[in-house]
Amino acid sequence: MLAKRIIPCLDIRNGQTVKGINFLDIREVGDPVEMGAEYASAGADELVYLDITATHEGRNLFADLVRRIARNVNIPFTVGGGIKELKDVEPLLSAGADKVTINSAAVKDPELISRIASSYGSQFVVVAIDAKFESGEWYVYVNGGRIKTDKKLFDWAREAEKRGAGEILFTSMNHDGTRKGYANEATARISRDLGIPVIASGGAGKMMHFVDAFSEGEADAALAASIFHFREIGIRDLKNHLKEHNIPIR
Amino acid sequence: MKVAIVKYNAGNIRSVDFALKRLGVEASITDNHEELSAADKVIFPGVGEASTTMKYLKERELDSLLRGLHQPVLGICLGLQLMCAASEEGEAECIGIFDLTVKKFEPRQKVPHMGWNSLSGIQGKLIPRELEGRYTYFVHSYYAPICDQTTAVADYINPFSAALERDNFYATQFHPEKSGSVGERILKSFLEL
Repeated sequence: MLAKRIIPCLDIRNGQTVKGINFLDIREVGDPVEMGAEYASAGADELVYLDITATHEGRNLFADLVRRIARNVNIPFTVGGGIKELKDVEPLLSAGADKVTINSAAVKDPELISRIASSYGSQFVVVAIDAKFESGEWYVYVNGGRIKTDKKLFDWAREAEKRGAGEILFTSMNHDGTRKGYANEATARISRDLGIPVIASGGAGKMMHFVDAFSEGEADAALAASIFHFREIGIRDLKNHLKEHNIPIR
Repeated sequence: MKVAIVKYNAGNIRSVDFALKRLGVEASITDNHEELSAADKVIFPGVGEASTTMKYLKERELDSLLRGLHQPVLGICLGLQLMCAASEEGEAECIGIFDLTVKKFEPRQKVPHMGWNSLSGIQGKLIPRELEGRYTYFVHSYYAPICDQTTAVADYINPFSAALERDNFYATQFHPEKSGSVGERILKSFLEL
């Protein structure tokens, strides 16, 4: 039976894993390669590495980092953060990344999804969507949640699939950072609408939230960052908890 | 021991090289016929589309070379599918080591089949029996049906061949190079054949 996936997400700045609520309060939490290898041996199913560096030097560091991750981590990993056009993808995949994730660049230029999918295959393209529920509607945001667009979440998710996305990573901005659980209703709707896997993101605070993301949210995978980095929830404990609740896990 | 990885126009070859390095094995990545024939072990990995990669292999006569090898050969993912007789993907005529036609999954559930799935019915020489029920990582939209040469089964939409063996030819639909410690045991088992 296909297992539900648990995915720790690591934000990378200048080659280090960082965590912060906003750009003013960013803490370094460890070496990305060591953390990735540790998560892998603890039972994580995949990893996501997002480059939040804005500088050119930082970008080069990130490409080197991708190579080191590929050498040292024995589970699949997705990278993203700085992909603006097709030519940004090749160095990451040839460095050993298994998938790339695109967000704002796909909203600005939806054809980018098709270009990556037809060059490398749909399974390499994860379209990340940040959305916020306001006045009765889910709106898509770009630039790390700073700029609102007129795109609606469910329409955009369907369009992304049609253009060749292999997976959707949906983050609810209403839930992100609250630790009160994932946006299960919206996640379930995307999961039912689409024929590709959906990763739930934003809001994990306790183990029961993962159970809910898989049962109510019908997610194929659940992503979280700080609760793993700050060792509030261990991957192994989480997997045991999911098993007790009859969620298929490995 | 000389291990050669077949170099061709498919993705994911680097990951296999890295996985072997983690096991302390330096492999060569090559499409040179002499080098492939002289290797002790040959690995044929890959992610991509069947008909275009078959065309590439045929132009370089790598298809007949692979078919004629006598040392242990391990096909991975697309490698497994190309070692079958044919594939529905692009109506490709393939290498023909396993007497099977690769089929497309009926989209009754999400396709591609992506993620970790369990192995059952393990037999043959490649996969240790104690890995029965353990999980490996899959990413694919086409599958090899079950036949006499099936040595492990996975179930998604329908049961299919997770692994195949015939004489010196071995193949896995999953990615041992991405399947954590279980995958490492399978790669190690191949290197010890």
